[in-house]
Amino acid sequence: MTGATMDKPHLTRAHARELLHQMQRIRSFEEKCAELYTQEKIRGFLHLYIGQEAVAVGVMQALEPRDGIVATYREHGHALARGLDMGRVMAEMYGKQEGSSRGRGGSMHIFDAAGRFYGGNAIVGGGLPIAVGLGLAERMRASGAVCVAFFGEGAAAEGEFHESLNLAALWRLPVLFVCENNLYAMGTALRLSESEPEIWRKAASYRIAAEAVNGMDVVAVEAAARRAVHSLREGEGPFFIECRTYRFRAHSMFDAQLYRQKAEVEEWKKRCPIRMFGDWAIAAGLLHPDEIEAIGHEVEAEVAAAVRFAEAGTWEPVADLRRDVMTPGEAS
Amino acid sequence: MSEPGQQPTNGTATYRDAVRAGIRDALIRDPRCFLMGEDVGRYGGCYAVSKGLLDEFGPERIRDTPLSESGFVGAGIGAALGGMRPIVEVMTVNFSLLCLDQILNNAATIRHMSGGQFSIPVVIRMASGAGRQLAAQHSHSLEVWYAHIPGIRVLAPATLEDAQGMLWTAIVDPDPVVIFENVMLYNMTGSLPVEVRPVDIGRAAIRRSGTDLSIVTYGGSLWKCLAAAEALAEAGIDAEVIDLRTLRPLDDETIMASVRRTRRALLVDEGWRSGSLAAEIMARIVEQCFWSLDAPLARVCSEEVPIPYPKHLEDAALPQVPAIVEAARRTMGAK
Ligand SMILES: Cc1ncc(C[n+]2csc(CCOP(=O)(O)OP(=O)(O)O)c2C)c(N)n1
Ligand SMILES: [Mg+2]
Repeated sequence: MTGATMDKPHLTRAHARELLHQMQRIRSFEEKCAELYTQEKIRGFLHLYIGQEAVAVGVMQALEPRDGIVATYREHGHALARGLDMGRVMAEMYGKQEGSSRGRGGSMHIFDAAGRFYGGNAIVGGGLPIAVGLGLAERMRASGAVCVAFFGEGAAAEGEFHESLNLAALWRLPVLFVCENNLYAMGTALRLSESEPEIWRKAASYRIAAEAVNGMDVVAVEAAARRAVHSLREGEGPFFIECRTYRFRAHSMFDAQLYRQKAEVEEWKKRCPIRMFGDWAIAAGLLHPDEIEAIGHEVEAEVAAAVRFAEAGTWEPVADLRRDVMTPGEAS
Repeated sequence: MSEPGQQPTNGTATYRDAVRAGIRDALIRDPRCFLMGEDVGRYGGCYAVSKGLLDEFGPERIRDTPLSESGFVGAGIGAALGGMRPIVEVMTVNFSLLCLDQILNNAATIRHMSGGQFSIPVVIRMASGAGRQLAAQHSHSLEVWYAHIPGIRVLAPATLEDAQGMLWTAIVDPDPVVIFENVMLYNMTGSLPVEVRPVDIGRAAIRRSGTDLSIVTYGGSLWKCLAAAEALAEAGIDAEVIDLRTLRPLDDETIMASVRRTRRALLVDEGWRSGSLAAEIMARIVEQCFWSLDAPLARVCSEEVPIPYPKHLEDAALPQVPAIVEAARRTMGAK
């Protein structure tokens, strides 16, 4: 974390509080999810974002409601940072019909039309072409909106990654590619899967403006995202940000983490984006420890309310199983 | 209308012209519409379908893409989510395997998986079928793979009117539509309606009425079945020929009503026999019309081999008129 990035003029007390608050919301929400998973309230795959919160929160600061977002199966943080109601996200985790996707998608498939949140895509690389298409639509309609695709570094090995970067660059589309490089794709370390492990260089080879930032530093991420989105809105073509980050938890709840050393995890935990930013904000006189405590209480209450909402939620009737395969009124 | 492969006779337009007219009409009517795919612009389309459209509509709306099937089909899905009405041309079904992920995991699922929040009004067109001696990698008939997928509509226009009209119907459909154009039909001639009309895609069409047996087919095989029906008529067998038109959802009602009348059915399908669309329709007939049947169901499909290059072997691998006639006669109990 550098002083330079922290000196951004927009870093008011209110904004510092907002950044910390958003990151803490994600952290607490997911810690609760892990607990609920052991209680079997949440089933299926559950991919936690813990450790990576600065990326979603930082990037989201640069976006407007008119902008579109495509994310992966590790998208709870992005959904919350985008402003989706925590209760509806939690209900989705439960599979209740009050959930953001009526419970149909679960943890990996959070959607929200109002927030222009296009999922929760569980095919590695599968969301990237969609983001390109959303960008194409914005460009063709000259809407001024942009589209952001979040994805892991594992996607860089997929053909869809390369096809999408090429298309976006070729057509100069307003797409922001945010690669969350947490060094592992399930158990495969980046160095074991990529001949060029500096992912941003791949984007640069498509003549896309690309940079790597410290993904544990929410302000650095925000600053990069603001630069990128500004460039997108100016019609400068796509932008690529590689966020160097780390997931503190297992890939999913089924992962014994045989592929990495505990010491490595502990080392990264020292760079926890929430603690780092909180400490820095206190030292910089932007936040008081009491305020940080208050954020904690606020978030706790929000998570508790979300759990209550999900618990009180209802199951979609089996009679509705076939609903929405096709648009109502059309034959299915 | 002449049979495929025949010289133009009374016709003034080809099936290719009909598809082009449908696309052109959509582009004129709806500013959100655009065509994208490999070589659709400068080259004019690998089957010359989009020839001339670049000059008329410009490169923004007749958009040449790189060789990135997954990338540009996914971009079509994204553009549809973003409010556009893309027509995406995949050169042929053979290459669509590279974008099957986008069609199956995104186009077909997002509506249901999101709890009905998003519609994906994308139209994906592709050529399919064998008969041009293009060998095993360029001769697939995989319509049934797509017809297997809930969440998309699958069309197979076999006539000029359908080739033109279905395009518009597909455009206004709020859901993803995949259109298969059989490669042997592009040169088929006929006349085009002066005014483009959207056609009803909910119904199979009875292309020839008959009383003795129902021949159910689609796409390029339709014309072989009609030729077979003429041959059968000479032998005193009056076959009804049903053109499915829409492969998903299937129009059970028209099929079953016909089979209940004729009490015999023959399925003709250019797909490989195992797991074919013919197999699905046979299952449905058995489920719904078992007690009306007077004879075992029969089918003529492609031989289960990679389609070979030499003409005589390719012909032998595909459903042909004599085999259809023969199967129909067996079904009638005739020698
Ligand atoms: C196309 C595809 N192949 C394999 C998988 C199984 N899979 C799920 S997540 C994952 C690792 C992805 O790693 P990365 O892109 O780095 O994202 P991260 O999980 O680290 O956020 C794999 C291999 C998948 N979902 N999709
Ligand atoms: Mg990773």
